[in-house]
Amino acid sequence: MIEVKGLRKSFGRQQVLRGVDLRVPTGSITIIIGRSGGGKSVLLKHLIGLLRPDAGQVLVDGVDATAMRGKGLDDLRQRYGVVFQGGALFDSMTCAGNVAFPLREKSKLPRAAVAERVRAALAQVGLEGAGDKYPAEISGGMRKRVAIARALVTEPDIIFFDEPTTGLDPILVNTIHGLIRELHARYRFTALIVSHEIPEIFEIADTVAMLADGRIVESGSPAMIQESSNPVVRQFIRGEPEA
Amino acid sequence: MTAWVDPVLRLVEALGAAVLSIVDALGRFGAFLGHAIAVMLTPPFKARALVDRIHYIGFRSLLIILLTGAFTGMVLGLQIFLVLSRFGSEAFLGPAVALSIIRELGPVLAALMVTGRAGSALTAEIGIMRITEQIDALTVMALNPVRYLVVPSILAGLITFPLMTALFDVVGIFGGYLVGVQLLGLSEGTYFGEMETFVRMDDIMTGFWKSLSFGVIVTWVCTYKGFNVGHGAEGVARATTQAVVLSSVLILVWDYFMGSVLP
Repeated sequence: MIEVKGLRKSFGRQQVLRGVDLRVPTGSITIIIGRSGGGKSVLLKHLIGLLRPDAGQVLVDGVDATAMRGKGLDDLRQRYGVVFQGGALFDSMTCAGNVAFPLREKSKLPRAAVAERVRAALAQVGLEGAGDKYPAEISGGMRKRVAIARALVTEPDIIFFDEPTTGLDPILVNTIHGLIRELHARYRFTALIVSHEIPEIFEIADTVAMLADGRIVESGSPAMIQESSNPVVRQFIRGEPEA
Repeated sequence: MTAWVDPVLRLVEALGAAVLSIVDALGRFGAFLGHAIAVMLTPPFKARALVDRIHYIGFRSLLIILLTGAFTGMVLGLQIFLVLSRFGSEAFLGPAVALSIIRELGPVLAALMVTGRAGSALTAEIGIMRITEQIDALTVMALNPVRYLVVPSILAGLITFPLMTALFDVVGIFGGYLVGVQLLGLSEGTYFGEMETFVRMDDIMTGFWKSLSFGVIVTWVCTYKGFNVGHGAEGVARATTQAVVLSSVLILVWDYFMGSVLP
């Protein structure tokens, strides 16, 4: 269980998070929706320990991750997989090299076992033949899938997805969502996805939380969010232009 | 009475803010090197990354070092010969060329050339890794990006800069020989014989210590600027320019400082 309590963050005079409270149940898929520039990625960076809050806590199974430093934080991060918005693949390595990298650096697996795990991870995302290609040689959709394979290969408990379908066409959006759903059903990891793919994202979500004005303004099942009477949520879901 | 107080206070406030900003930047800059040294002294060591960086900073700068070394020596040979011939002291051409190159021009010009070729590329590469979240990806994999990107670069600087400087020195002295001996007719024995008499081990060590410190300065500045890049392509371009300018200025300032301290 990930629990966010009263998280606040400002950059200079700009208040981005104004007291975020959120619960991400173990083994669920939780989606954070909200407008572009609304602080979703900033919230995610707090959850994975890339940013430190001005106030508030991020509790992972009851342990305050924001108070962790050094080895404790590294140990916690070993439980994480992260799929960055642009994939964040190392462009000096092949796709297989990218997927193998966390295993080579953090595990003591023999070379053959690493190769087998990499082959299996790439097969899971439908990229059996792309291992020898460099990130620059493949499409945006394939890069996202390699990033998912890299996040999966260490078999993490929790996977964070930062807008995993941004910039993809509708077919690829549904392909990636289907892939996340399929992998989640197989491995039962806790997934937290930052997205604004409305309404497609509702099909894979257990819980949806709407971030607006630096706070979670509504949280619940996809059906609840879609039926919400909150004008901010309704405007966002229906894509109504600002008055 | 109070009309002049407000502008003065604002001026003092602005000056204070500027000083604090400079002190803050210097503190971050120093802490970055301190962190890199601390990581350098603790295992695991990334030997493969070090070899890659030696290739990147050293081997790929060889051509530019050979070219600049040769022409620096040739220009020195020509100019010093013309000056010495006015005093009838052409025999000192060898030591004059050798001492100029070994003590000053070799370490400084080699460092400036490597800064332009490899230092700028180092900043741009790390800067692009920063803006495309590759450095964040390393961090969330519980891997220290300083160990993978900064430490191998600084170690490679320590190894390659003295070697490049030595190569620059040899080629430069040979360039002086080509002009002085082959073109202007000085005897070969005079050129090299006088060099042996006047060039001491202290001179060679001065060049060595300089090149070693320049290796740290250039890789430190360039990796720091890459790590702390701004946003987007413009941020990378600005960081790259700043890295080259700051490295070049620091090389010249540090060269003067070392030149006045070392024998």
